[in-house]
Amino acid sequence: MSQPPKPAAQPAGRANAKKELSEHFKQYKHVWVFIEQERGHVHSVSWELMGAGRKLADKLGVELAAVVIGAPGESMRAAVAESFCYGADLAYIVADEVLTDYRNESYTKALTDIVNTYKPEILLLGATTLGRDLAGAVATTLLTGLTADCTELDVDTDGSLAATRPTFGGSLLCTIYTLNFRPQMATVRPRVMPMPERVEKPVGRVIEHPLGMVEADIVTKVLAFVPDRDKAQSNLAYADIVVAGGLGLNSMENFQLVRQLAAVLGAEYGCSRPLVQKGWVSSDRQIGQTGKTIRPKLYIAAGISGAIQHRVGVDGADLIVAINTDKNAPIFDFAHLAIVTDAVRLLPALTEAFRKRLSPHTRDRIAS
Amino acid sequence: MHIVVCIKQVPDSAQIRVHPVTNTIMRQGVPTIINPYDLFALEEALRLRDKFGGEVTALTMGPPSAEDSLRKALTFGANRAVLLTDRFFAGADTLATSYALAAAVRKIGATYGDVDIVFTGKQTIDGDTAQVGPGVGKRLDFMQLTYVSKVVALDLAGRCIDVERRSEGGVQVLRSRLPCLITMLEGTNEVRRGTMVNALSAARATVVKWSAQDAGVEDISKCGLRGSPTVVKRVFAPTPRAEKAALVEPAGRPPADALIDEIFKLRPKLEADMFELARGF
Ligand SMILES: Cc1cc2nc3c(=O)[nH]c(=O)nc-3n(C[C@H](O)[C@H](O)[C@H](O)COP(=O)(O)OP(=O)(O)OC[C@H]3O[C@@H](n4cnc5c(N)ncnc54)[C@H](O)[C@@H]3O)c2cc1C
Ligand SMILES: Cc1cc2nc3c(=O)[nH]c(=O)nc-3n(C[C@H](O)[C@H](O)[C@H](O)COP(=O)(O)OP(=O)(O)OC[C@H]3O[C@@H](n4cnc5c(N)ncnc54)[C@H](O)[C@@H]3O)c2cc1C
Repeated sequence: MSQPPKPAAQPAGRANAKKELSEHFKQYKHVWVFIEQERGHVHSVSWELMGAGRKLADKLGVELAAVVIGAPGESMRAAVAESFCYGADLAYIVADEVLTDYRNESYTKALTDIVNTYKPEILLLGATTLGRDLAGAVATTLLTGLTADCTELDVDTDGSLAATRPTFGGSLLCTIYTLNFRPQMATVRPRVMPMPERVEKPVGRVIEHPLGMVEADIVTKVLAFVPDRDKAQSNLAYADIVVAGGLGLNSMENFQLVRQLAAVLGAEYGCSRPLVQKGWVSSDRQIGQTGKTIRPKLYIAAGISGAIQHRVGVDGADLIVAINTDKNAPIFDFAHLAIVTDAVRLLPALTEAFRKRLSPHTRDRIAS
Repeated sequence: MHIVVCIKQVPDSAQIRVHPVTNTIMRQGVPTIINPYDLFALEEALRLRDKFGGEVTALTMGPPSAEDSLRKALTFGANRAVLLTDRFFAGADTLATSYALAAAVRKIGATYGDVDIVFTGKQTIDGDTAQVGPGVGKRLDFMQLTYVSKVVALDLAGRCIDVERRSEGGVQVLRSRLPCLITMLEGTNEVRRGTMVNALSAARATVVKWSAQDAGVEDISKCGLRGSPTVVKRVFAPTPRAEKAALVEPAGRPPADALIDEIFKLRPKLEADMFELARGF
């Protein structure tokens, strides 16, 4: 399996076109990260992007700015303060009561206006429902390129953004450039980039920009917001331990074994795509290219073959343990620990063994 | 009421195979299908039409062979199908795609009656960017309603629409105005089967074929590869991890215990972390 990396396939057309930036676009400088807030809560993907943005800015020798849009008040102040702790050199803010709820019209106006005024060369957003809604509208308004769901961001020798994303369900990667237009925009899914270290820092330079829009200008009204009751919805991506099952479990009943182990570990459970398609597990539990990306300390995969589309969602896990009956299963190519055995038998035993090991009694013994 | 549904013909990803040695995509002979996400958009459009009257036009930009997908849409019950096909459209990124599609929607409106709603799927299974919907909406200056799970109310006379849309932490209930662009969430409705009657008439129906010029595209340089700010510079296979997994050999011990020992041996700190987690539960 240790094929050397292929030479780059050269797509036809402008791929080799010389990058010649117009004088106007040469004024575009600095790296920006859109700080996503919903109902006073900053989405962690924004801090992950600050980590990635910091590296780009350092490589380019430019500043990293956080862009915070929302209602004025305590949560806005907190978001701005936090962005400095996550590496911002400065923050741009648009604070207005009209921005209390996310709405495409008002947020698109706020973001395009500050881009047009302060001219960043790179603009990063989270590939969440909010981020994708906003990024698509802003890129079209600005008539610039937008690369979706990047897994790697780097700066080329000539200073342009090299944004790499999986293609064809993850079996290949492609590196995309935005030639001749600025800003270069990209979205990144939650958990794809590591969380940077938070360092206590004072609030630095803050530049406020007016929204220039009043409630009467906005067509769309928010009639209600119904928060999700099942908090687990978003916890899978951020869980420290994840236990997942695949087709090798053979039945919906056997999937219970995955849940039971997860419960004992205080972990989240997940699955491969076929289990969602069969209706055994709900879709927000799917891990992989078309599901969640996870970065747990421990990932236990039972009866999962390890298709590339699954692998791209778990590559960031610190320790991958695979349980599979087939000693040649592809998952053993990227797992750290492998056990060749029947998962339906091992899972209950594992649950029991962990239960014993993690009992308060044992804990006290270890602590002393 | 006039609804346009954008559908994309995509390779059936379930059947895409990656060459085991060269790691390249084997696209030859892979059947094409309507992007599965678009079926939910089509279904929602047909339901609204059945309830409020009017027409549904299916629109695709693609090669001449994309006619197959449009015929399928007619089988499901769309009133008409428009295929936007021209060599100038080839190699489009999402900005150029939305430019061409928006031009076609305008032309469809001018030819067959003003468009009240444009539906798209949430995303495709090949390009998978979820950017074309917002792009088309902005180009047309329509209200943008993404990740919609339900059209709650529609008041044609009052030009008013209420929808539920998914956000990260919950569901937003929005009141907006027609004309609007809706990207429909998957799994939100039960997609109908094509009927025999529709299948027969679909076989006879003509799919309208428009070139860039027919669709009233004003600036060819905004289409296809030329109109695309993004450029794919490099395509490559992911580097395989050098070392394989360490095999746990229970050697007569209960396998579960052997495995747990190996886990904690590799990551000593994990045990303390796991105590914390297990306790918190
Ligand atoms: C565009 C696209 C997107 C996709 N997105 C995703 C995605 O996001 N996530 C995802 O997971 N998949 C995704 N897939 C599907 C992916 O290609 C695989 O088909 C899928 O991951 C396989 O699931 P699996 O491993 O559960 O099943 P299988 O591949 O059937 O593997 C089952 C495994 O279980 C083992 N097994 C059998 N019995 C036992 C037993 N008793 N105990 C232990 N092991 C046993 C077998 O040896 C085998 O390795 C996508 C595919 C495409 C084309
Ligand atoms: C592997 C790969 C990666 C790519 N990455 C990028 C990227 O990062 N940025 C970028 O700008 N372009 C990218 N492209 C190009 C992009 O896929 C094309 O522009 C494509 O025409 C539309 O994008 P999409 O498939 O992502 O559609 P999405 O935006 O995911 O589609 C959303 C909806 O728009 C409608 N729709 C989309 N295409 C059509 C069509 N041709 N006809 C009718 N309706 C349609 C459908 O209703 C669909 O459900 C990529 C292409 C590939 C193959």
